[in-house]
Formats: sequence, structure tokens, C-alpha cells
Amino acid sequence: MGAVWYRIGPIITVVIAIFVLWYAGAVALNTPWAYDKAKRAGVELTTSQLIADTMSQKKPKLPPPHQVGAEIWKTTGAMVVRGKAFSKRSLIYHSWITLSSTLLGFVLGTGLGVALAVGIVYNRTMDMSIMPWVIASQTIPILAIAPMIIVVLNAIGISGLLPKAVISMYLSFFPVVVGMVKGLRSPDHMQLDQMKTWSATGNQEFWKLRLPSSMPYFFTSLKIAMAASLVGAIVGELPTGAVAGLGARLLGGSYYGQTIQIWSALLTAAALAAALVGLIGLMQNIVLKRMGMVR
Amino acid sequence: MWLLAGVIFWLAGWALNVWLAKQPKTRFTRLAVPVIFGVTLIAIWECVVQGFNINAVLLPPPSMIAARFATSTSILWEDFVQTVIKGALSGYVIGCGAAFLTAIVIDRFPFLQRGLLPVGNFVAALPIIGMAPILVMWFGFDWQSKAAVVVVMVFFPMLVNTVQGLQATDHMQRDLMRTYAASYPQTLVKLRLPAAMPFIFNGLKISTTLALIGAIVAEFFGSPIKGMGFRISTEVGRLALDMVWAEIVVAAIVGSAFYGGVALLEKSLTFWHPSQRG
Repeated sequence: MGAVWYRIGPIITVVIAIFVLWYAGAVALNTPWAYDKAKRAGVELTTSQLIADTMSQKKPKLPPPHQVGAEIWKTTGAMVVRGKAFSKRSLIYHSWITLSSTLLGFVLGTGLGVALAVGIVYNRTMDMSIMPWVIASQTIPILAIAPMIIVVLNAIGISGLLPKAVISMYLSFFPVVVGMVKGLRSPDHMQLDQMKTWSATGNQEFWKLRLPSSMPYFFTSLKIAMAASLVGAIVGELPTGAVAGLGARLLGGSYYGQTIQIWSALLTAAALAAALVGLIGLMQNIVLKRMGMVR
Repeated sequence: MWLLAGVIFWLAGWALNVWLAKQPKTRFTRLAVPVIFGVTLIAIWECVVQGFNINAVLLPPPSMIAARFATSTSILWEDFVQTVIKGALSGYVIGCGAAFLTAIVIDRFPFLQRGLLPVGNFVAALPIIGMAPILVMWFGFDWQSKAAVVVVMVFFPMLVNTVQGLQATDHMQRDLMRTYAASYPQTLVKLRLPAAMPFIFNGLKISTTLALIGAIVAEFFGSPIKGMGFRISTEVGRLALDMVWAEIVVAAIVGSAFYGGVALLEKSLTFWHPSQRG
């Protein structure tokens, strides 16, 4: 019990503190509107009435957690109960749109990243000419050109899933390249010499030594790539005219001042990110354990 | 004609790079090879666009982008000031500063460290950019809201890195400080902050890119009629792709310069660290 509390206790405290701050912020930020409303109605507000009002406004500046929670339940769980899980008003539908382009972009980006990394490790010319550009490409705020990629691909008749996946791919290939180059180069001279004494071919050296020893690096970069890929998919949805997806919910909410909708989309995105990264972490644990790399 | 030139450029650039890469690695070859690669890429781009007669709405040739860049420097400068100087830079300074101070407080209290660090790590993986519409709603359309988005975006990566850095000293070193009867501030300033420098700079470098992205994307949710994000989204709407590309060139130059500046500062301040020597 003591050991568990030592680890979990502080986290719980911090999370509770965040909720307390959230409620306090909701009261503080929503008070002016509540006073405004009361003044126009010509009534005096007591403190308890004031707080009750800040907790239940239609378009609050900062919706308190329970309002957001209710909205999320209304657009996910309640929809499932009514058997309309994939209707256009359901967050499950929007999450699915975002998730599909995230995953497609992630797979493409990981593939491209691993291919580039293998090229960079085995080809000196590629190493010298591409590696600096891979690093430079990340100092460019690439998310800024997301709308352009969408519009241009739309103009040549490609729309829907692929343009968003392209943005996700661009964001997620970089961590994979850097991580895999490091990983594929991680076997030291001793191990490489050992392979030589066994007269291993280049192929065998790659499959039996370099690839296995790159796995810890691989999974670490996959986690970063997944988070980046989700961001790419969300931003990619912004300029499509707010049709579907979590990014579209964010933009729609900001157009019409639906703060509760924005927050619920935001929290759903956060939960999605946490679930995806957690899933990779789980895979990492299982794979590395079976390979005998962690105890 | 153009296509032939493109193929020739491609082969020449490739051959030159292969030859240069075979030479012993010097400072010159290390610089020349990527530069030749980049120049070849731009030349091929120009040749392909001209050769296949690709519509400038889809992909303008580099020459057209350069011409547009040269004729509209005043607009680009205005956007640069609005987005980078007012939005990104002020947010970057406030966010990194706040994260740094928070990290020192956290470091003092192990309880906070065990609580805030997992939460901070979790938040750093979230799509924080989604906060942009909310912050635009709170702080208005001008640069203040962009700075706020940047603050939120850079805070957690910076916090996590700084806290990690402050833990980078080993027991031996801290024990030595104790035997010198050093007080807490003395240990912090003379031992732990210098030891944390490589980590702090890592956080600062990650934050440079995030700051620019935050400032530009936040403008998609509402902005005054200037700013790089505003210009990009409106010019895309008008299909003036050459202007969009000119903005991207500015963003690329600013991003690289910002990153490079921080990297140079790192080099001069952490010259003692193994990763900077040799």
C-alpha cells in the first residue's frame, strides 16, 4: 500500500488540483456573463446563485468539467445506447474519421522513415546529402502548409482520407528516421566483428543483428510519431471546410462559439492520443520482453 | 527540352555527390553535399514544372516564387513582424521562462516531482494545438492569443526537459558539494544548472519549431488582416499559390534561423559537454 501510494498519490493529488483549478477558473471566467444576464433581468444574485449559474451556462467562456463530461456522454455513450453510434452528430463518427487518417499517415510515415533510415545507414552518399535535409525539414513549420496540401490535392481530384494522411505522414516520418538511424547504428564494433567472424552476409547482419538491436529505439520513436501523426490529422481537417473529424468539430465550435463542443472534441482527441500511445507502449513491453531486452 | 535539362541536372548532381562523398570527410564536403542535393532538387522542380507545363495553381516553379518574394517584401515583412516577433517570440520567452521557473520549484519538492512529471509527460504527448480556438476566444484575435497558444505549446516539453536536466548530477558530485558545505542556492547555481544546460537547450530547440507552428496555426482560427497564417489561408482560398510558397520560404528561413541561433548559443555555453567536443 505504501509503495503504491508513493507512486500514485502525488499523481492523484495533481489531477485533483487540476480539477479544482478548472472549477475555480470556470467560476471566475463565467461570472461577468452571469452578472450581465442578471442585470438585464433586473435581479440581484446571491453568491450561491452566481456559482450555480456559472456552472450551467449555454455558451460559457470555460465550461466546467461536468458540462463537458455530459456533452461527451451525450455524443458517444448515449448515441450508442440509441443505436446511432455512427450518426454525424456522434463524436465516435468524428473520432473514427480522424483516427483512420492518423493511422494511414502513421503507417506510411513509419514505412518511409524506416526505408530512409536503412538507406542512410547503408549508403554514404545518402547519409551525407539527405540527413541534413531531414533535420532541416523539421525546423520548417510544416503544419502551416497543411491547408495548401489539402487544397492542391483537392484540385487534382484527390480528396478525403489521403491528403490528411499525407500531412500525418510528413510529421511522423522524422522521428522514425532519426530513431532508426540511431538504432541501426547501435551495435558496436565488437558485435559487428563477431558477425564477420561467423562470415555473415550483409543480409544476415541486417536481419540478425542491426534490426533486433534497433527495436528499443524503434518503439520510442513510434510513440512520438503517433502523437505527431494525430496532430497532423487534426490540423489537416481544419481547412476542409469543417465537414467531419475532430479538427472540423474544433473549427465548427469556434465559428459558432460552442465552447462545450470544442472542449469535448479536445478531450476526445486527448483520450485518443493517450490510448494510441499507450497501445504502442504495451506492444513495446511485450516485444522487448520476448526479445529479452528488458527484465 | 526542359525535361532533358532536368534529367541532366539530376544525373550531374547525383554523380557529383557520389564523387564528393567518396572523398575524405572535411568541413567542405560535409557542407557541399547537402547544398548540392538541395540545389539539384530545386533545379529538377523547375524543369519538371516547365517541362510538363504544370499549372501554376498546382505547383508554381521556383523562379515564379522567387519573383513573387522579391516584389512583395513589404507584405512579407509585415506578416513576419505580426506572427514571428509579436506572436511566436513573446510566447516563446514567456513559455520557456515560466517552464524553467516551474521546473526549479518542482525540483525543490519531490512530492510535486512525482506528481507533475507523469502528468507533464502525458500532456506533452497530447494534441495541444487544439487549444488554439479556445485561446483565440479568450484573448481576442490579435497577437496576444497567438502568444498564449505558443506559451501553452512550449511549456510542457520545456518543463519535462528542465526537470530531467536538474536530475542529471550524480550522487558523487552532490556529496562533494555537501562536503564543501554548499547551500542549496550555491549547489543550484554552481553545479546543477550548468549540468542541466544540455537538457535545457534540448527543450529550447524543440520549442523553437513548436512556437512557429503554434503562432501560424492559431491564426487559422481568427486573426487581424495580417500575419503569416492569415496570409496562407486567404491566398490558398484565392489560389495564389506563389504567394503561399513565398510565405513558406519565409517560415522556413525563420524556423531554421531560430533553431540555428539557439544551437549556436548552446555551442558557446556548453562547450564542455562531450556532444559538443570533437
